[in-house]
Amino acid sequence: MSAVRTPRTDSPEAPAAPLDTTSAWSRWANHHRKWLFAAPAMAFVAVLIIFPVAWTGYLSLTDAEGSVRAESEFIGVQNYLDVLTDTDRFWPAVWRTVLFTGVVLFFEVVLGMAIALLLWRPFRGEKWVRVAILLPLVATPVAVGMMWRLIFDPNIGMANQLLGWIGIGPQPWLAGQHSALPTTMFIDIWQWTPMVVLILLAGLTSLSDEPQEAARIDGASSWQRFRHVTLPLLMPTVIVAILLRGIDALKTFDILYATKGRGGGSFHEVETLNVYAYGLSFDYNDYGVSSTVLIIFFLIIIGVMWALTYRKKGLGR
Amino acid sequence: MKPSKPFRVFRTSALVVVVFALMAPLLWMITASFKTNVDIYDTAKAFTFTPSLKNYETVLQQANYLEFIGNSLWVAFAATTLSLLLGVPAAYSMSRFSMKKSALVVLMARVIPGVSLLVPWYYVFSNLKMVGGFTVLILSHMFVSLPLIVYIMMGYFDGLPAELEEAALVDGLTHIGAFRRITLPLSVPGVATAGILSFIFSWNNFMFALVLSGSDTKTLPVAIFDFVGYASIDWGGLMAAATVVTLPIMLIALFVQKYVVSGLTAGATKG
Repeated sequence: MSAVRTPRTDSPEAPAAPLDTTSAWSRWANHHRKWLFAAPAMAFVAVLIIFPVAWTGYLSLTDAEGSVRAESEFIGVQNYLDVLTDTDRFWPAVWRTVLFTGVVLFFEVVLGMAIALLLWRPFRGEKWVRVAILLPLVATPVAVGMMWRLIFDPNIGMANQLLGWIGIGPQPWLAGQHSALPTTMFIDIWQWTPMVVLILLAGLTSLSDEPQEAARIDGASSWQRFRHVTLPLLMPTVIVAILLRGIDALKTFDILYATKGRGGGSFHEVETLNVYAYGLSFDYNDYGVSSTVLIIFFLIIIGVMWALTYRKKGLGR
Repeated sequence: MKPSKPFRVFRTSALVVVVFALMAPLLWMITASFKTNVDIYDTAKAFTFTPSLKNYETVLQQANYLEFIGNSLWVAFAATTLSLLLGVPAAYSMSRFSMKKSALVVLMARVIPGVSLLVPWYYVFSNLKMVGGFTVLILSHMFVSLPLIVYIMMGYFDGLPAELEEAALVDGLTHIGAFRRITLPLSVPGVATAGILSFIFSWNNFMFALVLSGSDTKTLPVAIFDFVGYASIDWGGLMAAATVVTLPIMLIALFVQKYVVSGLTAGATKG
């Protein structure tokens, strides 16, 4: 605690007026420290967010395309009508986004909960398991995508070799029109389940043991204790995990781009809203339409967040 | 509570499966990086092959990876330092004066899809002739780091009792003096957590660099794609590149495990 005592040694007897309070600037700074501290960060984020979002909103009402500097015309809600009636690229992308997010969230939470429960009580070798859990989390997602691309290669990949050893024929994995999306889901689950494990484990360790003990004395089985004691107490943490993972899963880009490239593959088989919007912006330079897609995407994310935080509050009280 | 014996046996076997599932792919990537492309294509040589450093030679000498490593280090370091300078005082203010709405502005940056910011950024920065330079890359990465740092540090300052600063005020320090000489030294672990996590996220960031970097400022995650051609993939080189990108960040995470975990779970248990 030496840091706490340091100032005291400056003025051992009478607390003499410190020098820095005498200047007008210092007095002003101290009085306005609330905003002096917060404003730079807020200004930075606001300039980098509010202006771009407002502009995206404006662009979505124009026919901007081609060069970013090209003239564009105001066309009202035409883009919105076009996008919302587009059953070719837009709605399939919405569907894939929902499916991707829903499936990976389900598996990540269920597996994450199971693994967190396994790790809850102390055991030998705990350190090694924790290392294994941390490594996928910090690995660069693009590199992870490339790694799985080799493992899932239909001809030379380890995945099909393993299947061969147990007598199952080769699968197309990422190369198949219908198997590509589930395969990318698998990769996402591999990389991000550890995140859910860490969050739930932090939640579990912060729970007190007493309700557990009480239930045990009352003769509750371990499943009953989990279902009626641990899970309800852990629910707020579960919601936090779902919220954090859900936002990122909706926006997944790196793994999809690394494994299938532009447009989510030649049949757009893994094209989610984020990949679609990226392609419209930077492969086709179709800024008006891409802005429209982004605004709709943005509203979906805000809606999901709002629903989840609302539920979180409801459960907390 | 001590777990029962059958549970312990079950737990051990289940955890062996989990560890294997998480580690095997990474080990496979590293193994493949030591194989020649001929050996990678020969499935009979899955485990028996003569290790070769040729891929690393390609990555580090021909593919200019030393420069890309430098770029990634510089961008992540600069974005983290600047974000800490802006973010730590902001988080302090937001925590002490419970500025919930202001905090929300900063945290919105976590929620917004990056693509929706990239088009306007690209427009403005290409007009300013800055696309392809380091400044714009660092600014875009700060956009990832800053909300993360504010989020972690707000939680950290919430946990530091205000009485410590009040005592310092009684001793004659100013408010800012108390922050600088009492609160900051006490929050070093929090700053370390926030800084490390910000570095990791910036190092791994792909989309912003994909659009905003130029040939001289390319970062590692973008450079990986050099090994993916239109017709074929240099698998050995690609796996060596992937290893070069991932290994440093994994090693950092291993050494400072405690900080990484506390950063990733920051705020999670407050419900």
